[in-house]
Amino acid sequence: MINFQAIKTIYLFEMARMKRTLGQSVASPVISTSLYFVVFGSAIGSRINEVEGVSYASFIVPGLIMLSVLTNSVTNASFGIYLPRFAGTIYEILSAPISYVEILIGYVGAAATKSIIVGTLILATATLFVDLNIQHPFWMLFFLFLTSITFSLLGFIIGVWADNFEKIQIIPLLVITPLAFLGGSFYSIKMLPPLWQKISMANPVVYLISGFRWSFYNTADVSLNVSLIMISLFLIVCLATVRWIFKTGYRFKS
Amino acid sequence: MKNNSIIEIKQLCKTYAGGFKALKSVNLKINKGEIFALLGPNGAGKTTMISIICGISNPSEGQVTVGGHDILSDYKKTRSLIGLVPQELNTDAFESVWNTVCFSRGLFGKKPNPQYIEQLLKDLSLWDKKDNPMMTLSGGMKRRVMIAKALSHEPEVLFLDEPTAGVDVELRKDMWQQVRKLREAGVTIILTTHYIEEAEEMADRVGVINQGELILVEEKDQLMQKMGSKKLTIELSENHQKLPSSLSSFNLELNKNILTYNFDSKKEDSGICSLLEELVKNNIRFNDINTQKSSLEEIFVALVHKQ
Ligand SMILES: Nc1ncnc2c1ncn2[C@@H]1O[C@H](COP(=O)(O)OP(=O)(O)OP(=O)(O)O)[C@@H](O)[C@H]1O
Ligand SMILES: [Mg+2]
Repeated sequence: MINFQAIKTIYLFEMARMKRTLGQSVASPVISTSLYFVVFGSAIGSRINEVEGVSYASFIVPGLIMLSVLTNSVTNASFGIYLPRFAGTIYEILSAPISYVEILIGYVGAAATKSIIVGTLILATATLFVDLNIQHPFWMLFFLFLTSITFSLLGFIIGVWADNFEKIQIIPLLVITPLAFLGGSFYSIKMLPPLWQKISMANPVVYLISGFRWSFYNTADVSLNVSLIMISLFLIVCLATVRWIFKTGYRFKS
Repeated sequence: MKNNSIIEIKQLCKTYAGGFKALKSVNLKINKGEIFALLGPNGAGKTTMISIICGISNPSEGQVTVGGHDILSDYKKTRSLIGLVPQELNTDAFESVWNTVCFSRGLFGKKPNPQYIEQLLKDLSLWDKKDNPMMTLSGGMKRRVMIAKALSHEPEVLFLDEPTAGVDVELRKDMWQQVRKLREAGVTIILTTHYIEEAEEMADRVGVINQGELILVEEKDQLMQKMGSKKLTIELSENHQKLPSSLSSFNLELNKNILTYNFDSKKEDSGICSLLEELVKNNIRFNDINTQKSSLEEIFVALVHKQ
């Protein structure tokens, strides 16, 4: 029998933890997005006419959302599971009648929820600066959810793997953010020299941003199917890793 | 067939990743409704054993059942029967007492029950602290919150891993009062402690573990009786060099004005009466007399050293 009560308890506990830093959670995406618009959208954007038939300020909206959603997912989920490990309160989770899947749903669900909220906030902020006309709203939400969940899973893995706070902070900073910047948040991959275009294809974030941007403007760096396949692949890799962690008790049980 | 054991441990072994053997084929049955005290020096394997039963640590070999269910294949059933108060005081620093206790209940899949939690906090004298963040509590208070957390889901078995470490005398008494009440309510209690007088005072049965091996399990009273010879100490009014020959039939030791008499309290005639009569007859006056059981502590030290 599924312990729904426990899933709900973990989920609400995590949401409450995030609520304690609510001001910061809301303010920082709104402020940073506004800054990006001022710097990239207005200052630089005024010199770039259009990218793929879309004004530059509008063009960067999907990328901006993805950038925040990616880093938020990873950070939230990794902290969520690392904190009880660090504080030693994990004993209670381990001794409770909860399956690993239920633990995962609780933590990853909460982290993904917060990312989706942040993503929505950025979208709302963006409408203050540019006119948005989302071509495929269903797909937009689909990408937003899928990305939040996939990268929250990645964050969960990082939170289990990490044995100090530095590792938790360094991954979003040194891996996720650069991948997001280089993944076409602020430009189209097609604007790069051919060699860099090829290299960029190894960056999983390219497929996310491309698919997400397609849902906004119907233009993409790679085809929708390729995007979907790549994201699914990444999701499967994360799930398999989590499964392995749970099977072996890696870093959970001595 | 009547089976009144609630926990059965069969040939339980634990080898840690580094190759260290913390438990070496432990066999133990815990009876329903009893208070079982697990004694052992630091590093004996007490916490390891508890961690395995509760699901925090994986067993290397052997089998454990709780309430007839296997702890691995039926973990949801076994864990919902168990409440654990761990040795370490690990808490969420920013959470309030109330939230942290309700969180525990939820984790165990129980519907919220504010009345029950309220009563629990009142019983543990924590009610006035219910809205305080954990980090503002003293060590003893935190310990009580840990107990409240463990009891929040109304378990049938309660593990107390050194519950009175860092708890003052007053509170310790309260705590034992609580434990007795729980036992009366039918909860089985397994506790570890270094304070042997606690085991002596509280436990129905005592297990002694040393270097991963359970070296003794016995009813406490029997253990005390079996190993407990008694000692009578008489403080004489003045120093004596020698005792009158009529006292030589007693097993006596004299050191200045302290006379000690070793006897077996289980014997029909302890010999105390005739000893005292003999003293009076010989006009040896005394100020004070005092009898002592050899404590569990002495028994324990003797056992561990014999190993
Ligand atoms: N995670 C671990 N990895 C390796 N060895 C461990 C681990 N945990 C405990 N041990 C070792 O196992 C042995 C038993 O430890 P345990 O914590 O069960 O002792 P204990 O009886 O509870 O002691 P204490 O009275 O000090 O609490 C010790 O030698 C300890 O060093
Ligand atoms: Mg211990």
